[in-house]
Amino acid sequence: MEDKILLAHGSGGKLSHDLVKDYLLGPLRNPLLEAMDDSATFELFGRIAFTTDSYVVTPLFFPGGDIGKLAVCGTVNDLSMAGAVPKYLSLSLIIEEGFPLLKLNKIIDSIQKTAEEARVVIVAGDTKVVNRGCADKLFINTAGIGVIPKGITISAATAKVGDSVILSGPIGDHGIALLSQREGLAFETTLASDCAPLNTLVGDMLTVSHKINCLRDPTRGGLASTLNELAGQSRVGIAIEEEKIPVNEPVRAACELLGFDPLYVANEGKLVGVVASGDAEKIIDSMKKNRYGSSAAVIGAVVADHPGKVVMKTRLGTTRIVDMLTGELLPRIC
Amino acid sequence: MKYLDEYRNPMTAKLLAEKILRRCGRTIRLMEFCGGHTVAIMKHGLRQLLSPRVELLSGPGCPVCVTANRDLDKAIALARHPDVILTTFGDMLRVPGSRTSLQKVRAEGGDVRIVYSATDAVEIARNHPEKSVVFLGIGFETTAPTIASSMREAQENNIANYYVHSLHKLCPPVMKALLDSGETKLDGILCPGHVSAVIGSHPYEFIPRDYGVACAIAGFEPLDILLAVEMLVEQIESQRPAVEIAYRRGVKAEGNRTAQEVLESVFETDAAKWRGIGVIPASGLTIREKYQNMDAERMFSPAIDPPVEQKGCICGDILRGVRTPYDCSLYGTHCTPEQPIGPCMVSSEGACAAYYLYGAYDGR
Ligand code: SF4
Repeated sequence: MEDKILLAHGSGGKLSHDLVKDYLLGPLRNPLLEAMDDSATFELFGRIAFTTDSYVVTPLFFPGGDIGKLAVCGTVNDLSMAGAVPKYLSLSLIIEEGFPLLKLNKIIDSIQKTAEEARVVIVAGDTKVVNRGCADKLFINTAGIGVIPKGITISAATAKVGDSVILSGPIGDHGIALLSQREGLAFETTLASDCAPLNTLVGDMLTVSHKINCLRDPTRGGLASTLNELAGQSRVGIAIEEEKIPVNEPVRAACELLGFDPLYVANEGKLVGVVASGDAEKIIDSMKKNRYGSSAAVIGAVVADHPGKVVMKTRLGTTRIVDMLTGELLPRIC
Repeated sequence: MKYLDEYRNPMTAKLLAEKILRRCGRTIRLMEFCGGHTVAIMKHGLRQLLSPRVELLSGPGCPVCVTANRDLDKAIALARHPDVILTTFGDMLRVPGSRTSLQKVRAEGGDVRIVYSATDAVEIARNHPEKSVVFLGIGFETTAPTIASSMREAQENNIANYYVHSLHKLCPPVMKALLDSGETKLDGILCPGHVSAVIGSHPYEFIPRDYGVACAIAGFEPLDILLAVEMLVEQIESQRPAVEIAYRRGVKAEGNRTAQEVLESVFETDAAKWRGIGVIPASGLTIREKYQNMDAERMFSPAIDPPVEQKGCICGDILRGVRTPYDCSLYGTHCTPEQPIGPCMVSSEGACAAYYLYGAYDGR
């Protein structure tokens, strides 16, 4: 029989101890974690960025990633979008009784691999086991701390008229890859989630220019919602061009089939930047050299017109408003 | 899969639009029947491209929007039933009925679940033999066959706790009702793409024959729609109305026989109530005798209070092509996608939502 998580794994006794030792400490091994103190202690210098996010995703494993990779990338990316260099992460697991240990193993491995790539260290953790039905298989929370290098102020409220709006690559891969796995909707696609840590990409951008005013990763709600947030918080208009926004062919095909607009589909490895237009070219060049920014492009500009609104020039040369996503993305019925 | 770009080629689209405008001797009024078309037209700004020569009116082709409050109320009553798991396509969740919505009933403890297909609902029934699983059958000829096949699947597998509340509606009869009313003078109809993939082009033949109104079946990409508009304008200008297929890659004249057979094996036509239009004979699908023990309406006969309409909402007029969302005094102020008053602002295929989300930027 397959080994499964039991309630006793969360009881604080011997099984809990073994779980932590064999399944978590083993793979995630590092001096700070190994100290097994109640808190990890370390020194940091400079301005600190601090963030947290919880991850619930169905299915747990999807083409291009899994909940573990997502939990590391998500928090690393949130830190990166503040211009911070991500340093330390905490990892908290809420596991449903009966969850296969083999799967847990795979997820922790994936967490370790992703943390390694992102050069972050997991220094604190917690595990809880809940009764069957009280959680859906596995929930993960990560919190992260990063250090912001001197001279960098990045915020969603600092976009200025005349700035260029840049996008790091094709949109919609994560959302569609996930959807392709949903029961009853399963369709064949070669598409994989774009889930990736973006700290090196941001690092490369900041190496060539400090005139990066806003950064944001367009996750849930997609590019459309992120641009609306930037326009709203900075009280400026944003004008984009449909033609310049890359969308992979399988995403486009799936969107046609389901009646979705790729602008609203989630991403997990893309960023939107608002940068001084004079520096846009060199920033794009630096991004193109990074594997996560190889098709980076300027997709529009910050304008004085229509503050708070995003307007798009369509491929046919007409213009329309691009609003926030309301509710969930749902396939068409008709 | 490079083909989609061909249907979005901006140069071709512009040339086509110019050609259409040149061919129009007068202002031509077309109805885009399908909500999916309304969305595509707004999204790509086709109305701007074709104005003022070609007027495009939205029609009743949004299954969620045309569902009458009476039927929504019944669905809500079913969801309140303690033994029932109500399964539905997501759009239905937020649609306000007379007094509440499925979403609110869910928050109050009703078991309402979103599924992506009826097969998922059968699966839920299989996993919850102690519950009655009701699928809310909303849609046109497009979705009805898949729901019919879910019922056949349930029967073959002896799943006795799966039920369907059939609110399915048929497109050609509502077109007839609109034309009969004479309320909107139409020169042509953009016929639905996915519905026609199932029923083919023959069921529309009475439209040019009896009403002299042009018909073209359209796909959902900008060029698909422009191509269909071009066909319509040509038919109108040459005074030779017909039914043409501009969506050859999706629709055959005879439709999809297999899907038709599955549909007919489970459903039969009956009168149905449409929001804003009323009861139209033979415009809905009810469950045949043979499957009556899966008919939620028959098995649960949900009791409801007399339905009431949303005050000030003109969804009904919009669905008949008589008015546009811009004519509604609540549009964009009291009624938005976050706080919808009528179904046309909720459904992803609703005209009000499409106008609101993808409206042309006019400097306001
Ligand atoms: S804007 Fe709202 S209230 Fe007005 S017709 Fe549309 S759905 Fe009804």
